[in-house]
Amino acid sequence: MTPLTSCLLLSAALFAIGLAGALMRRNAILVLIGIELMLNAANLNFIAFWRYGPNPEALTGMMFVIFSIGVAAAEAAVGLALIISLYRHTKTTNLDEVDSMRG
Amino acid sequence: MIVAILTVAGAVAAMSLRNLVHSVLALTLAFAGLAAVYLQLGAQFIGFAQVLVYVGAVAILIVFAILLTRDTSATITVISGSWISGGIVALAIFGILAWTVDHSAASQGSTSLHPAASMQQIGNALMLQFALPLEIIGVLLTVALIGAVTLAMQENKETK
Amino acid sequence: MGNAADQVFVILERWLVGHAPAELQPILSSLLSVIALLVVFASLFAITTILERKGLGRIQNRYGPNRVGPFGFLQPLADGIKSLTKEDIVPHAADKVVHFLAPVVLVVAAFSLYAVLPVGRNMVLANLDAGVLFFFAVGSVMELTIFMAGWSSQNKYSLLGAMRAIAQMISYEVPLILASVTVIMAAGSLSTVTIVEKQAGYSGILPHWFVFTPWGFAGFVLFMIAATAESNRSPFDLPEGESEIIAGYYTEYSGFKFALFFLGEYLGMFAISGLGITLFLGGWTAPLSFLTWVPSYLWFFAKLLAMIVIFIWVRGTLPRLRMDQLMNFAWRFMLPMALLDLVTAGIWHFLAHGIARWILCSLLVVVPYVLLGRGLTQGWKLEKRVYRFAE
Repeated sequence: MTPLTSCLLLSAALFAIGLAGALMRRNAILVLIGIELMLNAANLNFIAFWRYGPNPEALTGMMFVIFSIGVAAAEAAVGLALIISLYRHTKTTNLDEVDSMRG
Repeated sequence: MIVAILTVAGAVAAMSLRNLVHSVLALTLAFAGLAAVYLQLGAQFIGFAQVLVYVGAVAILIVFAILLTRDTSATITVISGSWISGGIVALAIFGILAWTVDHSAASQGSTSLHPAASMQQIGNALMLQFALPLEIIGVLLTVALIGAVTLAMQENKETK
Repeated sequence: MGNAADQVFVILERWLVGHAPAELQPILSSLLSVIALLVVFASLFAITTILERKGLGRIQNRYGPNRVGPFGFLQPLADGIKSLTKEDIVPHAADKVVHFLAPVVLVVAAFSLYAVLPVGRNMVLANLDAGVLFFFAVGSVMELTIFMAGWSSQNKYSLLGAMRAIAQMISYEVPLILASVTVIMAAGSLSTVTIVEKQAGYSGILPHWFVFTPWGFAGFVLFMIAATAESNRSPFDLPEGESEIIAGYYTEYSGFKFALFFLGEYLGMFAISGLGITLFLGGWTAPLSFLTWVPSYLWFFAKLLAMIVIFIWVRGTLPRLRMDQLMNFAWRFMLPMALLDLVTAGIWHFLAHGIARWILCSLLVVVPYVLLGRGLTQGWKLEKRVYRFAE
């Protein structure tokens, strides 16, 4: 197993765990955590391909990860603010109970 | 290898523990493990930035959110339809990804060792080639900050 | 002679390592450095506790500890034995694992901060390319351990203390990092070793320390204020304000774990002072050009002790802030000043050498300081207080 393969496998595992968490848990914060995990898995892929790709001196993968970390931070801040204001309205963070838009 | 196992264990624990704070702590373990992987891959800057942003900022934000939204109804996970289908979908995706990774030509390719990028190179790339994305990220972060504050403050103003 | 004394520890380490088999040498070398760092900074912690107690005692017009050993200087030893033999109480409701992990992780993180601090010429454990970033990354782990401690105790005072600590540390981390970024910009490097080397020259007898520039001075002051807040020391010691929330996040800790917290807090303070010295005060370089014969590590520790004295002095002098004052100060004063300082550093870099640069940059720092200070204190009633019953 080459180093690149093991990196990609790790990232695939992380992505699957994050996806499973986001789909299976009903708590809004845990869903957000799952999404963060998936983002991280994608970052790991970028780094792995940058490192073992044909031209690492281009730094493109690395730059992408830097920006992706920035976006992830922004996403977490807005997401958590949303969860807090959701909690203020409904007194719950359980996503199954937030169904006031159901027709 | 140990780091990878730790990371996956942290991630699994984060997604499966009952106690929300415990899962955040497990999550930080996963993030730290990922940072270690980045360091092994020679991406020093990314590794430290990962710790700084995820452990230092995102985890603490999540912790704050958990304490501010203490849910009175205990989060007992009942095995429901969505639970099973979610698990199946995740497993299927992992299976497909693993199979693709194992069989793709890209992963059999070059495994030669390349020198790690120095801080100087990263700085130059950020300031010259990627200056516009950097500025946009700055604007995005500012907008996100203001948006988050307004979202979280909103209710306060109405009640006061 | 001067050179030999300067490098004595480096040579000693090489000599000791030279006896080992070749494959063990890197491990042995780092092990030796780690042990040296542990011993030196742990004993510095002991010295500082006694100095602080005696210094505070003098400031408050009393003696301070003077029973154990000559002038009470063996007091830390007695304290250590006491905390080791005390019963380790874990509250029944506490989250046992997290409660145990918090002090351990805190001390480990605090010690790993020293990995990137150059304590002397050729005396740094890891010359990382991104040393300053490493420092802040590890520092942010310490915030999380404080939360772990406060939350796992299941005590409302602990939780309040932890929340206060985190809010304070996050708020002051922003000016702290911005103040460091000025230096990083000027030195063009994130490596602590390179930053020290950039400040090594002399013009006349004065060194090229960054603190001797308008932006550097402002940055240093901002850095030190933020550092005081980061290390939870008075006047920013709200997280453990004993008159309000008992002892904050370590209310439920006793015996050796409490000692570990104490150690972690002081180590954090030393480390952040060390970073301040590295960034602004020229690290291990001598303050005057004819004093370069004094070994470099002595200069580092002399500067560190001076910083500790300032910390003790400030603690003995200033009253504790209120939470809203603390936050207002961070976001309304520290943050704009740090941003302006960043701009000033950039302008300084691109202006020609000369007196005009000094005047312009000083104005850029001083005028906003005065305006901001005036603006923020407007509406305050700042007259002499009248005590009705204390006459």
